[in-house]
Amino acid sequence: MSQLQSVTLDEIKHLVSDRALEGETMLLNMGPQHPSTHGVLRVLLELDGETIVNSIPDIGFLHTGVEKNMEAKTYTKAEVMTDRMDYLNTVGNNLAYCLAVEKLVGLDVPIRAQYLRVILAELQRLASHMVWLGTSALDLAAMSNFMYTFREREIILGILEMVSGQRMMTTYIRPGGVWRDVPAEFVPAVRDLLKILPKRIDEYESLLTKNPLFIDRTAGIGIISGADAIRWGLTGASLRGSGVNYDLRRFAPYSSYEHFDFEVPLRTDGDVRARYLVRIEEMRQSIRIVQQALDKLPEGAIRSSNHKFVPPLRSEIGTSMEALIHHFKLWTEGFDAPAGSVYVAVESPRGELGVYLEGDGGPKPYRVHFRTPSFDNLQVLPVLAKGTLVADLVAIIGSVDIVLGDIDR
Amino acid sequence: MGVEQKLGEMGVVTAKLEDLVNWSRTNAMWPMLFGLACCAIEMMAAQAANYDMSRFGMELMRPSPRQSDLMIVAGRVSRKMAPVVRRLYDQMPDPKWVIAMGDCASCGGVFNNYAVVQGVDEVVPVDVYVAGCPPRPEALIHGVITLHEKVKKERMKDWA
Repeated sequence: MSQLQSVTLDEIKHLVSDRALEGETMLLNMGPQHPSTHGVLRVLLELDGETIVNSIPDIGFLHTGVEKNMEAKTYTKAEVMTDRMDYLNTVGNNLAYCLAVEKLVGLDVPIRAQYLRVILAELQRLASHMVWLGTSALDLAAMSNFMYTFREREIILGILEMVSGQRMMTTYIRPGGVWRDVPAEFVPAVRDLLKILPKRIDEYESLLTKNPLFIDRTAGIGIISGADAIRWGLTGASLRGSGVNYDLRRFAPYSSYEHFDFEVPLRTDGDVRARYLVRIEEMRQSIRIVQQALDKLPEGAIRSSNHKFVPPLRSEIGTSMEALIHHFKLWTEGFDAPAGSVYVAVESPRGELGVYLEGDGGPKPYRVHFRTPSFDNLQVLPVLAKGTLVADLVAIIGSVDIVLGDIDR
Repeated sequence: MGVEQKLGEMGVVTAKLEDLVNWSRTNAMWPMLFGLACCAIEMMAAQAANYDMSRFGMELMRPSPRQSDLMIVAGRVSRKMAPVVRRLYDQMPDPKWVIAMGDCASCGGVFNNYAVVQGVDEVVPVDVYVAGCPPRPEALIHGVITLHEKVKKERMKDWA
């Protein structure tokens, strides 16, 4: 077993100011076991009194080898790995990966499957924002929000379980469509959820938005301008909180997002509070999208009929010899994807989730790389935290909404 | 039907010291607030309103290992994290217990590769393994109750 790292001050002198070397400022270690770092993030802080002079994130405590492991699995089997990267956005990860595979082999997805993907991805976005809201408010000592948001999150997880049999790691979206059609009780269950959600979101807001303590802890803290946010590669709500209108669902629509009418919430303050307000509004917009998708949900096939790449339905196997052969071939050796590389990006709850997929003509990917939003958003932390108090760092980490599984993969 | 009906006139209850100690250990077991990956979200769900672990005296999660009795290893343990997990375990005061929550903590799960420790029992002794990827909150609660059963069977001569 590897030993604990020990680092001398000499080795990190390029990261801290000269005053740290003279002993004028203090170096403080935060994490990797810390309740407010949202996982196993370690931040090395250089402090002048209680003011942060430098903050150096140390990542890799959750490095899982997902990308390397996917190279050893067929295109279909590799998908289960994507669930476990950003574990608050499992459906979105599946969607990004499946879009990449479909682009590589050239598969068309039936419109019903596309709509189901949108519904589930937006429900997942709601669930993810609920976890973010609950935990980041908890970091600022607002306990009750956590209880309320997790109450509604359970309903969403119940719906995911209804369609896929699993609460979190659904793998419901598959290359070429979805795993199987949704059960009859799916649409009524989602409609029931949509009925109560707007009121519940108002309830979350009533606890925080105008709460003077919450405003004190969030307004004017961790400010970044729109131009700086672009330079640092921020995406998602962290970018839109600085007034940059960039949402992939609007500007590079995928999976029929262009069929739905929704707004991209924007704030110009660029502080913790702006990012909070953007995410709250995003939850309302997600409800609108799910509502429209349910209303327009067409009947029809749920996955592509190109059985060279997509397994036939279970019902066909009993009656068609070809279907049985395809089934056998696809589940034993998989399909050969053409050599070439593709890049596909989707809007995850945290920002732009990109998948770079390279095939070498065989049944396994040659290289899979993820451009994960948390990784790129985290690098802005030293900029946001400079000059703030230690207690504010917790608010800033919460507002950037990082998931360590997404960063370390 | 409470303890007062058993008290009798003298207000005295007799019990074995072992049973009394084990009873108090199981009913106020403080877990460490320490999540690693996906399972930590389900651990939080087990704490939240729908599953409410406080029914088992476990609502108080301590962020400091010095104040906790139980370490729930919730998620995959990477090679970089393993020494940290061990140090946290060493910092916990005795008596202490470990639950390996989920497949990754139990045996590496789907990640059989260079980065993930193939089961946290390579690093710390584990009392209860909870299967699932991730386990449902009910499964975690079942694991906790199983641990309570185990603690209730502990005998004084083994404490030493």
